[in-house]
Amino acid sequence: MKKILALVLACVLALSMVACADTSNNGGNAAQTGDAQGNNDGAFTGYIKIGGIGPTTGGAASYGTAVMNAIKLAVDEINAAGGVNGMGFAFEWQDDEHNAEKAVNAYNTLMDNDMQVLIGTVTSAPCIAVVAEAKEDNIFMLTPSGSAVDSIAAPNAFRVCFSDPNQGVGAANYIKENNIGTKIAVIYNVSDPYSNGIYEKFKAQAATIGLEIVAAEAFTNDSATDFSVQIQKVKDSGADLLFLPIYYEAAALILTQADQANLDVAMFGCDGLDGVIGQLGDKAALAEGVMLLTPFAAIGATDEKDIAFTNAYKAAYKDEIPNQFAADAYDAVYIVKAAIEKAGVTDASISCSDLCDKIIEALDGLTFEGVTGTMTWDIETGEPNKTADAMVIKDGAYVAMSK
Amino acid sequence: MSSFFSYLIAGISLGGIYALIALGYTMVYGIAKMLNFAHGDVIMIGGYVAFTAISTMQQPVWIAVPCAIIACILLGVVIEKVAYKPLRSATPLAVLITAIGVSYLLQNVALLIFGSQARNFTSVVPDDFSVSLGSINISGETVVTILASVAIMVALTLFVNHTKSGKAMQAVSEDRGAAQLMGINVNRTISLTFAIGSALAGVASVLLCSTYPQISPYTGAMPGIKAFTAAVFGGIGSIPGAMIGGVVLGVIENLSKAYISSELSDAIVFAVLIIVLLVKPTGLLGKKINEKV
Repeated sequence: MKKILALVLACVLALSMVACADTSNNGGNAAQTGDAQGNNDGAFTGYIKIGGIGPTTGGAASYGTAVMNAIKLAVDEINAAGGVNGMGFAFEWQDDEHNAEKAVNAYNTLMDNDMQVLIGTVTSAPCIAVVAEAKEDNIFMLTPSGSAVDSIAAPNAFRVCFSDPNQGVGAANYIKENNIGTKIAVIYNVSDPYSNGIYEKFKAQAATIGLEIVAAEAFTNDSATDFSVQIQKVKDSGADLLFLPIYYEAAALILTQADQANLDVAMFGCDGLDGVIGQLGDKAALAEGVMLLTPFAAIGATDEKDIAFTNAYKAAYKDEIPNQFAADAYDAVYIVKAAIEKAGVTDASISCSDLCDKIIEALDGLTFEGVTGTMTWDIETGEPNKTADAMVIKDGAYVAMSK
Repeated sequence: MSSFFSYLIAGISLGGIYALIALGYTMVYGIAKMLNFAHGDVIMIGGYVAFTAISTMQQPVWIAVPCAIIACILLGVVIEKVAYKPLRSATPLAVLITAIGVSYLLQNVALLIFGSQARNFTSVVPDDFSVSLGSINISGETVVTILASVAIMVALTLFVNHTKSGKAMQAVSEDRGAAQLMGINVNRTISLTFAIGSALAGVASVLLCSTYPQISPYTGAMPGIKAFTAAVFGGIGSIPGAMIGGVVLGVIENLSKAYISSELSDAIVFAVLIIVLLVKPTGLLGKKINEKV
């Protein structure tokens, strides 16, 4: 009896070790670039090490993968074009599975590997955990997409995307200005800081500008499968627009169940809805007409930079169309480059803390033109100033909404 | 009023799923006297088997569903043989901890094989199974879930009360030692119980994933806990109790979401459970057993 038990325990142990080995391979080596490529070694005086953290497995994997791919693309482009001030960029990625604890572990691994600049993390909750660590080390941290206010609660943390309050206020203003709806219903995830943050600000702004919220229904991570009651209440409320400040997995279920319940209202979401088409799979038609607020859309782009980025991304990643997260991350690398150029840093062996101070000094007054728009930063808060555009899903792709 | 009925129907639909899972819990607890916390995760594995058969291997539903059920039975029997049988004479606490361990093992194996991204599950129930009552639309999945839970409840009750193996199960449940002295093969009876419980998990897996068309390694965890609650609510060990407990729990959950607060629905469900257990510690239909001192 004991032998069998011991055998089972041994099996479990072996399995878990295989699991660990597997993830560390995926997270670490697979994504290394820059110093692994021998070609440029002669050309550069050294490498600035960029670390990236985000979910490349797990519920938010589509965001992390997009960010990782885009950073790699930008780093390769910059290195191929001669680097920055004679230095090249090296890049290492770690997976955090959209989990705060794992994100901190990933951060520590990267610090052990001499990271000098952190681009990440991708999602809000892990970002809040990592920012506390990054504050101690005074490393420059630029999150492409961590939108919660606290995601950049340190003087050395900045972001590329809109903050949650910004999105909430922006969404309310956009709906009002473009007359998309007057009676608004909301379904939000009360256990998620991203969703809750947007909803709170949306509610406040809606009250100020005179939008009527006729139903506000919550769900939690533990009850994110059955939305029939919430949908029925939205139906009964007589709303003409359903606002969904949530992530795409739940949104895919809501769209499916709304279809079953014959709910026929327009839907409007934020950047978390990005990815909903893929999640719906063979039911992608349900996403037709869904609107979302996002600063970048690959389809229907007219800006030269946007088109160039879309083409480069498609060429590098099997014709995959870059989403907003990819665009934010791509900008993030170029923002770091622009700041290092402006600061005149030429020694790649600079400590992360000194580099951080120089980058922040350079960001003050820097106007950056990227694929997600033209932006400047508030040095005190780390928030970007830029404008948002709304997209609508048409024939399975995002199309810019004509104003 | 029509929205009240639609909340009620949605609650019964959710409750039907809980009932189906709770039947598996209660069956195993009633006879083997152990809480199989891995039940929800066996359901998740069954869901992945059905998902692989339908979406990856392009098999029709009538092959995929039996595949899921057979996979669950095999898994259940193997788990019982490897993890629980060696602990037959150990303290209940050791078995409980082992069950929790098995639950995590299954979740992590699924994570390793399938990744943690939620996959889109294609419903096995044809669209024309749905029923319309006036303005209320009852989905095909709900109809099948309710019918399946009632049919399984009736079949299980008949099986336990009127067959030789069923009577052996009752005997093992009442007094394991005495049953053994009467010539009942206790080990085989408990293995059979696990096989039946796991077959129920197979059915539940397909219906759970069809009703909420997504599958991830954590799909079984929360429904498993809710269904366990439902089984306790109805009186753990009682087959009709699991059915009633499941449906009542689903209805309470949805009505409290609808009329009290969508944020607090889970808190309300568990508060009701506590109140029921305070008033009637054995659950709604639980038998009161006098402990011999």
